[in-house]
Amino acid sequence: MALNSKIPAGLLEEKWEKYKSTCKLVNPANKRQLEVIVIGTGLAGASAAAALGELGYKVKTFCFQDSPRRAHSIAAQGGINAAKNYQNDGDSTYRLFYDTVKGGDYRAREANVYRLASVSANIIDQCVAQGVPFAREYGGLLSNRSFGGTQVQRTFYAAGQTGQQLLIGAYQALERQVALGNVTQYSRHEMLDVVMIDGKARGVIVRNLVTGELERHFGHAVLLCSGGYGNVFYLSTNAMGSNVTAAWKAHKKGAFFGNPCYTQIHPTCIPVSGDHQSKLTLMSESLRNDGRIWVPKAKGDNRKPNDIPEEERDYYLERRYPAFGNLVPRDVASRAAKERCDAGYGVGASKQAVYLDYAAAVQRYGKIEVSKQGIANADAATITKLGKEVVKEKYGNLFEMYEKITGENPYEVPMRIYPAVHYTMGGLWVDYELQTTIPGLYALGEANFSDHGANRLGASALMQGLADGYFVIPYTMGNYLADDIRTKSIPTDHPAFVEAENAVRDRINQLMNIKGTESVESFHKRLGKIMWDKCGMARNEKGLKEAIAEIQALRKEFWSNVRIPGEVNEYNPELDKANRVADFIELGELMCIDALNRNESCGGHFREEYQTEDGEALRQDDQYMYVAAWEYKGESNFELHKEDLNYEVVHPSARSYK
Amino acid sequence: MEHYTMNLTLKVWKQKNANERGRFETYQVKNVSSEMSFLEMFDVLNEQLIAEGKEPIAFDHDCREGICGMCSMYINGRAHGPWHHTTTCQLHMREYKDGDTIVVEPWRANAFPVIKDLVVDRQSFDRIIQAGGYVSVNTGNAVDANAIPIEKHMADEAFASAACIGCGACVAACPNASAMLFVSAKVSHLSMLPQGSPERKERVMNMVNQMDKEGFGNCTNIGACEAECPKGISLENIARLNREYLGAMFDGGSQNAK
Repeated sequence: MALNSKIPAGLLEEKWEKYKSTCKLVNPANKRQLEVIVIGTGLAGASAAAALGELGYKVKTFCFQDSPRRAHSIAAQGGINAAKNYQNDGDSTYRLFYDTVKGGDYRAREANVYRLASVSANIIDQCVAQGVPFAREYGGLLSNRSFGGTQVQRTFYAAGQTGQQLLIGAYQALERQVALGNVTQYSRHEMLDVVMIDGKARGVIVRNLVTGELERHFGHAVLLCSGGYGNVFYLSTNAMGSNVTAAWKAHKKGAFFGNPCYTQIHPTCIPVSGDHQSKLTLMSESLRNDGRIWVPKAKGDNRKPNDIPEEERDYYLERRYPAFGNLVPRDVASRAAKERCDAGYGVGASKQAVYLDYAAAVQRYGKIEVSKQGIANADAATITKLGKEVVKEKYGNLFEMYEKITGENPYEVPMRIYPAVHYTMGGLWVDYELQTTIPGLYALGEANFSDHGANRLGASALMQGLADGYFVIPYTMGNYLADDIRTKSIPTDHPAFVEAENAVRDRINQLMNIKGTESVESFHKRLGKIMWDKCGMARNEKGLKEAIAEIQALRKEFWSNVRIPGEVNEYNPELDKANRVADFIELGELMCIDALNRNESCGGHFREEYQTEDGEALRQDDQYMYVAAWEYKGESNFELHKEDLNYEVVHPSARSYK
Repeated sequence: MEHYTMNLTLKVWKQKNANERGRFETYQVKNVSSEMSFLEMFDVLNEQLIAEGKEPIAFDHDCREGICGMCSMYINGRAHGPWHHTTTCQLHMREYKDGDTIVVEPWRANAFPVIKDLVVDRQSFDRIIQAGGYVSVNTGNAVDANAIPIEKHMADEAFASAACIGCGACVAACPNASAMLFVSAKVSHLSMLPQGSPERKERVMNMVNQMDKEGFGNCTNIGACEAECPKGISLENIARLNREYLGAMFDGGSQNAK
């Protein structure tokens, strides 16, 4: 099967406008007859469901949490990018597009990224109209801040909880459609399979997580907005329930999986404190706006950070990358931290951490405040006090969170941070219309692979989720459904539904009947360790081959020795988790296969064999300028399809932030 | 931070489902690290129970960063436990010492029926939002974001109200199981912004009506909700809700209310 990305012809900046003007439409009377299923209610899912409900489609949403508002988009802290150029600092659609393509290390599709950049401004308008309380300046206009990988200020934010505010906006729009009868919402439901009829996605099998019952739901189209798969590493900044199951079921039914090895390791997370650790907590990238990252210049320096004099500190990002300093992209910052720790300069009890220091920012802001308030001859204590107040206003909730978790006061002592798994750029392969290789099955937001290439820039995930949901899918899905207006709703006693439900039930029974000795959690931890050690921040051929063998063995063990307590027909979180971990194990193998295939380093994918003399990622454009789209062919058997990436506007070069 | 380990006695509410009677069950948890979060301590206990062939304790949790609002434990008589402005998932075990007994219950309110053990059904909150907790603007209608300047002070206050994570601790903490803090935070967030102004009267009437329909209790100005709210949502929101409600009633704004 040849991949067709369906990128419209014409000039880059005209493609989307032209597509919107010429795509097929569905008239309002027909929309009322068309049913759409949306899996996941984060930014992509909630915005898609709301926008489609507004258009008049009959929509059903499903989420495994107890309310759509809890999807993990809510945890995004720092902000959302948009090419508004409100700061008059040289931003434009083209520059956001260029930064994103470059930030993704030239492994993203130009046409998709340009579309993303061009709708970015509409997102901010829409969110403000919904009442999203973005930060504002005293003149009443919106405030911006900087994020990694850019030299303009284009990030809109709401203190340290931008994700929550955007999601509440989308959730409210969604609830309005529920009230109007256009959307039916199902919480505590998890999708366990796609139903295919005549080669098209026509519905889903979901499990009611409260009663354990399986349900069949028909849809003319199915939208997967189920997020990323970072939890394959066990420890990540994802929510505990975040999982790959919906995407993986679609993959096994024929949807290709794009670039599964592209994983984002976020540089500023709170370090692991022990074996009991269940998840990792991110400290927003926005902290790199004002914080300075350093380690001691001497190996194994055990002094307290405040006892280490300025000249004995190595501000290694500022040293290595003077042009971007502490605001280099995430992949670069993470690798630089790992390099220092591996070389023996790490700090804290585990030595797997670096300092993120706010002392300089406190002084800088303090001096500005003193002059603003006209305090003559201010003493050091006043400057520090006023500086801390400014820092508190900007980052207070993040500092509080750090203190709750670590018991240390970051206003006094530098924070300890270390990279952690945060986001997955890979996901289901989709064409320009966000359709997977299964007709009628779409993937939006983090669940697809499309816009971030091999590395995502900060504040771009929220942008992509909402772009896909509010502004892309309403057009592209209509273009597909316009040919489907004569298809009546298919009753769910159709044999395809019966067969799919039986398969799901058999698998659940099989899991429950293993009655082994090892808990689901324990298998998940073991998988995570293999992935982190051998398919994490640095990868090599030998390690990846070992990982594949270890994962295959782990899978056998899981299916013969997992212990799931409780019953099928009741609320049973251990069973839910077992379903997810079984899929993570299979995905983990594919990630290693993909990482092994890609004999180059690009963005978040760092193969130790391919690096420059000073340790930067070394791409092999002549061989790997393609999207790796994997087709499921059976257990441990995946076939590679390539979508060549053609750069018509940007000229790929070695990415430099020096 | 000084690290230590402790042994604890836990008395936890166990309830098979909404229809069966619940009871307290006592558990011993050994070698709990002071660096664990409260939920990680529950993970350890559940792993122990699974190893012993017993049923683990069901509890709600997801982000474990204090923002999704899913976790919901009533710990030693306090919603989300003893720490100020903190969700259960952010409470850490350095709060406790060796030999402590900790009693853990679900949120208790008629409008939050128990699903299992510590897990409750909070869909009543979704239905209150459906009654009017939004701005009626369709996608694509928006004007340029900076065409609506908003006084910084008002924007900050609206944000402070919008910081509500919908966890329901306010209801659990209230002796009347009132949802006034939750409802007032949403009403305030939207009524303070020009975007939310056109619908402010119907909104407050409809949301309050729905709140009553769901079976939440009345507000008697006790203030436990504010004291236990992990996001510091202020009682001023309730005062504002009352003003909005009265204003809407006397202004005939209830005509469009459902």
